[in-house]
Amino acid sequence: MNVPTMAEMMAQGKQPEVLFWVGSAGSFDDRAKKITRAFVKILHKANVDFAVLGTEESSTGDAAKRAGNEFLFQMQAMTNIEVMNAYEIKKIVTCDPHSFNTLKNEYPELGGVYEVYHHTQFIKQLIDEGRLTLNQSMSGERITFHDPCYLGRANDEYESPRDLIRKLGVNLVEMKRNKNNALCCGAGGAQMFKDAEKGDKEIFVERTEEAIKTNPDIIATGCPYCNTMMTDGIKSTNKEDSVQVLDIAELIANAEGL
Amino acid sequence: MQYIDNILFAVLLIFGIGFFVRNIKKLKRNIFLGKDLDRSDKKSERWANMTLIALGQSKMVRRPVAGILHIVVYLGFIIINIEVVEIIIDGLFGTHRAFSFMGGLYSFLIGSFEILAGLVLVSVIVFWIRRMILRIPRFWNKEMKGFPKNDALYILYFEMVLMSLFLIMNATDVPFQETNAGNPISQFVAILFHGIGHDTLHLIEMIAWWIHIIGIFIFLNYLYYSKHLHILLAFPNTFYANLNPKGQFPNDKNVTKEVQMMMDPNVDSFAAAPEGAEDEVPEKFGASDVVDLNWVQLMNAYTCTECGRCTSVCPANITGKELSPRAIMMKTRDRVEEVGKNIDQNKGEFKDDGKQLLNDYITPEELWACTSCNACVEECPVNIDPLSIIMDMRRYLVMEQSAAPQELNMMMTNIENNGAPWQYSQMDRLNWKDE
Repeated sequence: MNVPTMAEMMAQGKQPEVLFWVGSAGSFDDRAKKITRAFVKILHKANVDFAVLGTEESSTGDAAKRAGNEFLFQMQAMTNIEVMNAYEIKKIVTCDPHSFNTLKNEYPELGGVYEVYHHTQFIKQLIDEGRLTLNQSMSGERITFHDPCYLGRANDEYESPRDLIRKLGVNLVEMKRNKNNALCCGAGGAQMFKDAEKGDKEIFVERTEEAIKTNPDIIATGCPYCNTMMTDGIKSTNKEDSVQVLDIAELIANAEGL
Repeated sequence: MQYIDNILFAVLLIFGIGFFVRNIKKLKRNIFLGKDLDRSDKKSERWANMTLIALGQSKMVRRPVAGILHIVVYLGFIIINIEVVEIIIDGLFGTHRAFSFMGGLYSFLIGSFEILAGLVLVSVIVFWIRRMILRIPRFWNKEMKGFPKNDALYILYFEMVLMSLFLIMNATDVPFQETNAGNPISQFVAILFHGIGHDTLHLIEMIAWWIHIIGIFIFLNYLYYSKHLHILLAFPNTFYANLNPKGQFPNDKNVTKEVQMMMDPNVDSFAAAPEGAEDEVPEKFGASDVVDLNWVQLMNAYTCTECGRCTSVCPANITGKELSPRAIMMKTRDRVEEVGKNIDQNKGEFKDDGKQLLNDYITPEELWACTSCNACVEECPVNIDPLSIIMDMRRYLVMEQSAAPQELNMMMTNIENNGAPWQYSQMDRLNWKDE
């Protein structure tokens, strides 16, 4: 794939339109890497002039902060800010709502002021501006959307992902708990990296069961961590053969045959 | 001797209000045991929030049945209180229905109060049924045993009794019934007293009148000890609530200073501390006790009316974990009360009691079960933020005690060493493009 880095861009004296913040999951997690590649294909199709930080990118520090390690978070934040400010970054897009939230809300106070977009917002904008056209090649699949907490309640963004799903010629069905009432997948607040406390059920099972009640062909997400949790939920409820968990970037890339 | 009633009433009034003022002062003192936090910005947005959420009850109706019934009780409470003004005037000056000179308007007002009283009575009975017969689960979580459960019931009984007394005192007021105006409910209550002599009726009226006003004074003073304090604190609580996006967690300024020093190549980190700085007590990171929390968080704790909407949407609680956001607020209030009492008993100074909020009230197990999903914050009808307390306490556990769960320590070590929560080299961060 052709994925220019900021360093390469700078060497050529170019400034890209937008920085694609890949995030740790998008860089290293096998499932999330597919989302990253799907999004890059969409950026290519829309001829977006973008770059990544590549090996100069480092964890935003979101998980460290929510685990209580403010020191590590701020170290990460200031290191990243130093890099991004040196490249004079103005605009960032990311597929990870946690990075999105941290970059958008917690970096400005530390000197990192950027225009930050979640990839669903960015893609929607590309479509609205006529830079990307979708050909509606899906055929009425039932899709339910799981709201990531850090996109939804944390930043009040409920409609961009839904608008995109609706544009795909599918049947969007809502779970009982949706939008600002949505149930967490169980990964946030650094839970992704530890076992759950003692209880009588895994949160991701509770949420996946709710999704399955809508009888979907696809559970759509907009977060690599939610994706992992819902995929685990599908496995533990033995629905792997009938239900897929896909990111909205993947839905679009698949539908457009990218 | 003819003024004895009025004197007795005046004494009651002074004591009732005096005791209440004393408690409000104590409440204020306790809330400001918390750290400073500047929430004086964006005044117009704050007024709008308070008007909409506290006065307008906008978040209550997210659950329509409880929400609408609550609005009835709330409107009843506010509007019927106009009648209390008349009762106080009557009590002080020995008048009878001092406002009745208003004629038709008076009948209209009293009639409205009666209708509201009837509606409040019905609503409160439905509330009782929801709690005790339908046993809605959020009223039966484990933190709702003992006083918290009884507190809720006492309030309902109080309201039932007060509303009934109001209707009874109107029903047994013979001249008032004879005008047959402004008595849409009490005329039916009067049927119960049919055939009783006028003197006895007058006696019942007087007894009802006295118990009613004494009941109001008791209720007023019960507030401070009860979850019912929300009727007052809901207003400042919504006014001073967080206005930033819910995902934005505050950055610790003291940490920023340290990190900036570390990253600044011009700072000699081995240099001796500047003059005078040696004696400074190093700032404690995070919160292990209520005095480490800020005053808004402590006000949150006093505002909580233990409705349990937060807990009923908490993913951790739903799946059987120890964490309950409501319990976080209740425990915070219990502890700040304990600290306040300690201060009162020790001539205005807190004497170490060997206890703190962490461990003695809130366990690490509860804190580590939180997914930071903000469902509790979103759900709270009065904008309480249990999540901020959880995060401050996690900060203490990690930064002061290095007491994170082992897996989280590994995650943090990875971030520190290779810039990702997993053990992958930062040099491999772009490998995905060629896979």
